[in-house]
Amino acid sequence: MSKKIGDVILDLQNISLRFGGVKALTDISFNVREHEIRAIIGPNGAGKSSMLNVINGVYHPQEGKIMWRGAEREKMEPHMAAQQHIARTFQNIALFKGMTVLDNIMTGRITKMKASFVEHALWFGRARREELEHRKKVEEVIDFLEIQHIRKTPVGRLPYGLQKRVELARALAAEPSMLLLDEPMAGMNVEEKQDMCRFILDVNDQFGTTIVLIEHDMGVVMDISDRVVVLDYGKKIGDGVPDEVKNNEDVIKAYLGAGH
Amino acid sequence: MPGQANLASVDGLHTFPRLLLNHARHRPDAPAMREKYLGIWQTWSWADVKDRVRALACGLASLGFRRGDNLAIIGDNRPHLYMMMTAAQCLGGVPVPLYQDAVASEMLFVLQDAGIRFVVVEDQEQVDKMLEIRDQVATLEHVIYDDPRGMRHYSQPFLHDIHELMEMGRIHDRNHSDFLNAEIEKGHYDDVSVMLYTSGTTGKPKGVCQTHAAFIAAAQGGVQVDHLDADGDILSYLPMAWVGDHLFSYAQALVAGFTINCPESGDTVMTDLREIGPTCYFAPPRVFESLLTSVMIRMEDAGKLKQKMFHHFMAVAKRCGADILDGKSVGFGDRLQYWLGNILVYGPLRNVLGMSRIKVAYTAGAAIGPELFRFYRSMGINLKQFYGQTETCAYVCLQPDGQIKFDSVGQPAPGVEIKIADNGEVLVKGPMLLKEYYKRPDATAESINADGYFMTGDAGFLDEDGHLKIIDRAKDVGKLSNGAMFAPNYIENKLKFFQHIKEAVCFGHDRDMVCAFINIDMGAVGNWAERRGIAYSGYTDLAGKAEVLELIRECVEQVNADLVHDAMVADSQIHRFLVLHKELDPDDDELTRTRKVRRNFVAEKYKVLIDALYAGKANQFIETEVKFEDGRRGKVSADLKIVDAKTFPIVKKAA
Repeated sequence: MSKKIGDVILDLQNISLRFGGVKALTDISFNVREHEIRAIIGPNGAGKSSMLNVINGVYHPQEGKIMWRGAEREKMEPHMAAQQHIARTFQNIALFKGMTVLDNIMTGRITKMKASFVEHALWFGRARREELEHRKKVEEVIDFLEIQHIRKTPVGRLPYGLQKRVELARALAAEPSMLLLDEPMAGMNVEEKQDMCRFILDVNDQFGTTIVLIEHDMGVVMDISDRVVVLDYGKKIGDGVPDEVKNNEDVIKAYLGAGH
Repeated sequence: MPGQANLASVDGLHTFPRLLLNHARHRPDAPAMREKYLGIWQTWSWADVKDRVRALACGLASLGFRRGDNLAIIGDNRPHLYMMMTAAQCLGGVPVPLYQDAVASEMLFVLQDAGIRFVVVEDQEQVDKMLEIRDQVATLEHVIYDDPRGMRHYSQPFLHDIHELMEMGRIHDRNHSDFLNAEIEKGHYDDVSVMLYTSGTTGKPKGVCQTHAAFIAAAQGGVQVDHLDADGDILSYLPMAWVGDHLFSYAQALVAGFTINCPESGDTVMTDLREIGPTCYFAPPRVFESLLTSVMIRMEDAGKLKQKMFHHFMAVAKRCGADILDGKSVGFGDRLQYWLGNILVYGPLRNVLGMSRIKVAYTAGAAIGPELFRFYRSMGINLKQFYGQTETCAYVCLQPDGQIKFDSVGQPAPGVEIKIADNGEVLVKGPMLLKEYYKRPDATAESINADGYFMTGDAGFLDEDGHLKIIDRAKDVGKLSNGAMFAPNYIENKLKFFQHIKEAVCFGHDRDMVCAFINIDMGAVGNWAERRGIAYSGYTDLAGKAEVLELIRECVEQVNADLVHDAMVADSQIHRFLVLHKELDPDDDELTRTRKVRRNFVAEKYKVLIDALYAGKANQFIETEVKFEDGRRGKVSADLKIVDAKTFPIVKKAA
């Protein structure tokens, strides 16, 4: 594959995050380059999800700097992350269960809708034009992820693997430049995992989306990521390409366990 | 010959490219093809199709495609792939559609046998298969793909985007504007128009060469008998490599000029069917069966009142629905009830099934259970059987309106002669017969006898009204050790009509009794088990539950009760059976790609089970290797219980 990895777009410098006396993250620095697939791994409670939440502004670290495209980022809120083209999926699926797949994915376009509430309510003028445009984008995502057959199905009725795919679809509908995936493959069977891997690689390849993902399945991580950062008890213990990380003594001890 | 008479009537339109040009000239704006793209149905008119076919044909020519070349076509039903067929025919080439879900190694034989230089595929998945076997197909030169997704990093020079091909073609067409018309003019009705490979139930697949004249004659006959016209719609969703799809979606569409509609994906067929509401629908019995099963499952989950209404009106339909459809006289009371039922049940049900606009629905490919057949007809859907093989363009017998018999496949179609051989085999002759098997003069000679009749290999007889009844494959019909006839298919079809039974294989040739393997229907039995609070972990577990065995035993005994009434098959009652621990699967070679049981293979593979059935054992351990979709292998094992079914004493008629 002839993928071009660009410059650093997100640089985290000496991040520390505390909840009261509990240290979730201690002095962590790493960066993400444009167009790469960056994995964050580590045992349970290592601070992986906290790290993701720091990136998209849910948590605000007490110490450290976050550089976004070369400029230091001010304290920000999650909705601002969306405006900066950062989209994410969640470890526990966070979809609207009673709504159809189509409607769920449409919500991914919400930050791009300009018509007023009243116009939307009356399905009038700009709102109507806008919705047609957005629907087209959404249909492209549906086609991309091959979920045409469940377009009109309420999300609550879908099996877990497909719900995960719908969540990815919603994130993609926002046309993000960076995608944060929190355990996209947890609880899936082999076939579903293969599909998901393929979709992640396709997204990265076709749209050039930068992807930061947390994952437990080591096979998957080693196969698809360009670089891996390893956390343990809120500290960074390894960082590099998959092969480096695999042979790192600390990582083997802390995470993979003896015998691997 | 009747074939020639038909050709004269179409006034020089005796090849498919000419038919296309004719439609484009006379009704350029009428819809020819539709495809759902990004959730919206896109339409191509006949003029659009003609333009694209021109571009494709010229593109192929500029890549070096020559008269007599074979063009392999692999993919789901896509407009561009259908257009490619015509494009190849324009140049005097022969399209060879392949089953798209086959793995690369299965495609290898056909590609080698047909000496393929050009392949058109749908998408990246199929391109990867071609790359996998490219080294083994020495003749392969060019691969053209329709869907560019995921293809950005493929830099091999022999791969071509179909849109680039069309662009090349348009340039070629501008520079040599007379070229294509001259090529089309050279086309003759006696040229081979398509090569369809037989599914290979026995031995290696054989390429069946059919001429333009044969397919046009077959299409005309069907169009004439069932009054298909130009403003119809058909949903094209069955494999393009199957003769049925080629007849309906290609030959008849070009002859009658109706619109073909390509579904969005294999999973959306049901939704697309409802949106399009085709006027002509074609499905193998299995599809009608699973539609009925899904309706029944949903009815079981419906409220009490709805269930009552449904069952009441289904009884009414069973009593008089089919007669009303056939235009026979029916009492006023029943008519009134049926009218009410049509508003409350049949109409909405037809609508849910996407069959509101249906003028005629066909089924073929395997025998259909009479009860199943009756169900659709009684609901007001004009379901018909027809009969034919790849070698006869799927055109031998048709059922004319008003003369539908549940247990026959109809009368000989226009232009077709039928004869029954001494051994009961059905022999046919007519304009739709194959020209030859590709490069297999031995097989051609074997299948066509000295009088020019094609030997179908099916056993059957003509009844007093001249309707053909098919009993079974001639070679499958055996004898029990007491000399009584044993037609396994006949019994299996009876079993398969039960919604809980998906597949059955019966044994009995040269034996003293009939025994059976059963596959349960995971959907129907799973639902049944859930409602009874029976917990199960998977197919194997469910199939081994005592309650399930009891359920299947009841089905088997009903079949026995049914069989005993017919003197011909009364001896074939099922004495013992078992429920298999895994589903029969084409990936494990147990079914063909068209999902017919490969009887001998199954008998061989599960020999230990058959021995246990006949040895009178109460159970038998078995371990089987299975292939998963991703190519990995695994093992499934189970200790199968063998169940005795009640049989009924045969009452001999007093001599």
